[in-house]
Amino acid sequence: MARMKFLCDADRCIECNACVTACKNEHEVPWGMNRRRVVTLNDGKPGERSISMACMHCTDAPCAAVCPVNCFYTTADAVVLHSKDLCIGCGYCFYACPFGAPQYPKVGNFGSRGKMDKCTYCAGGPEADGSKAEYEKYGANRLAEGKLPLCAEMCSTKSLLAGDGDVIAQIYKERVSRRGYGSGAWGWQTAYHETIAT
Amino acid sequence: MTKYFAHIRMVAGALALAVVVAMSAPAVAQQPSSVNPNASAVQEQQLMQQLKVIQGLGTIPDKKSYVLEHPAGRDWREFHNVTLRWIGGIVIIGMIVLLAIFYMWRGSMKLRTGFSGTTILRFNAFERFVHWLTAVSFVILGITGLNITFGRVLLLPWMGPEAFSTWSEWAKYSHNYLSFAFTIGVVLMFLMWVGENFPTAADVEWMKEGGGMFDKEEKTHPPAWKFNAGQKLLYWFVILGSIAMMISGYMLMFPFYGGLTVGNMELAEIFHGVVGVLFVSLILAHIYLGTLGMEGAFDAMSDGNVDVNWAKEHHSLWYEEEMGSGRARARGAMRPAE
Repeated sequence: MARMKFLCDADRCIECNACVTACKNEHEVPWGMNRRRVVTLNDGKPGERSISMACMHCTDAPCAAVCPVNCFYTTADAVVLHSKDLCIGCGYCFYACPFGAPQYPKVGNFGSRGKMDKCTYCAGGPEADGSKAEYEKYGANRLAEGKLPLCAEMCSTKSLLAGDGDVIAQIYKERVSRRGYGSGAWGWQTAYHETIAT
Repeated sequence: MTKYFAHIRMVAGALALAVVVAMSAPAVAQQPSSVNPNASAVQEQQLMQQLKVIQGLGTIPDKKSYVLEHPAGRDWREFHNVTLRWIGGIVIIGMIVLLAIFYMWRGSMKLRTGFSGTTILRFNAFERFVHWLTAVSFVILGITGLNITFGRVLLLPWMGPEAFSTWSEWAKYSHNYLSFAFTIGVVLMFLMWVGENFPTAADVEWMKEGGGMFDKEEKTHPPAWKFNAGQKLLYWFVILGSIAMMISGYMLMFPFYGGLTVGNMELAEIFHGVVGVLFVSLILAHIYLGTLGMEGAFDAMSDGNVDVNWAKEHHSLWYEEEMGSGRARARGAMRPAE
């Protein structure tokens, strides 16, 4: 099985936010929540870079480790998913997550955050693949249809790559060697405990 | 003629423009042929080492999302999953073991003079109400709090995921809402008993003799006012511990309010967890001494009346004071308004 990963080539990202829009639309993510967002570093200064970030589907995921009810599971494709039926909305996964991925539908006072929502790598949840229940809770399940996450598919500059970690790492390496520079795979060290040697 | 000159002017102007353009073009081309656009770009590892957290700007209202990377979550995870479980396990199981050993060695502290059958009011109805309001909410807060840290290990395999999630969700709501009952209880307890909990000279003596707790002959009974030095220590630990629990707890209950960051939330959870398990351990000792550990002690909080001999042995100064003021109270009872 493939080990699915995300890779954002910061030297290509133009901060168009198409990935964010695509994600929100594909999964009908409610107002106020974002499974994916674009963060711009050094905005307006020399060396400015933008990075599209969502759940990185970490190796040995911190969210899964700290969850008091153990509602997370990792699929055969190494995608980190969770069960909204089991989630109690305690918010601990947000404290543990290095990428700020978990989102909550409510403001959060009195512990009523509601069920956590995050990027599913377009792979749905524990319900039957493509079922109505799955769509309502987790959004579309593109992976079950043989498609990759829509954010990466839609990316106009092909900055955001999704797919098997080895394949996208190879694509990135070739890019870097052709153009002669690369600022590295953002978040990989934190998420996967490895970087791409370029 | 003028038409002819105008034509020349136009040609000359066009030529001049062409010259300017021709001269400026090479200047553009003179830039180095291979540019590294990354020369001044932000570098992930460098930022990580400098700042511990990588933050930028975003376009959505949720400002928390501007944090790109926050690897400190890993330290918090280590604390929550490993350190806190060790601390909690050691202080709670350790306290239970200590109390069991103490009980086996010492047994229940007996009344040397036996029960007289005459009682004296130690805690009035309001004092008992405040104590039990605090106590019941504390026990529920303690159990539901421990569930967050230990439930996954101890209860989940036994209850199954669905039942455990349902229980944990109710536990979470109980924990959050009972915090208010607990807060009210502790505030009342502070106001109600603060006057009797300042250290006095008798406390020094009491501490020196270990409160007579380690004398199996029951001959050591250092004098004490309404609260002995041990109870005063408990009182101040409860007040200060509760303040610590309230501050960190309400921070967790109102997450990210007033500009709190993920780092602040993690610190609040660490603080809440450590003080919480110490608090549970301390209250275990309090429960032991108030029930199993000492004959006649539980009466004080059940119907509020303790045996006169118990009062003489354990709180001699308070007993004498009460007997003195008891007459004053009797006089007070004759007020015509009653």
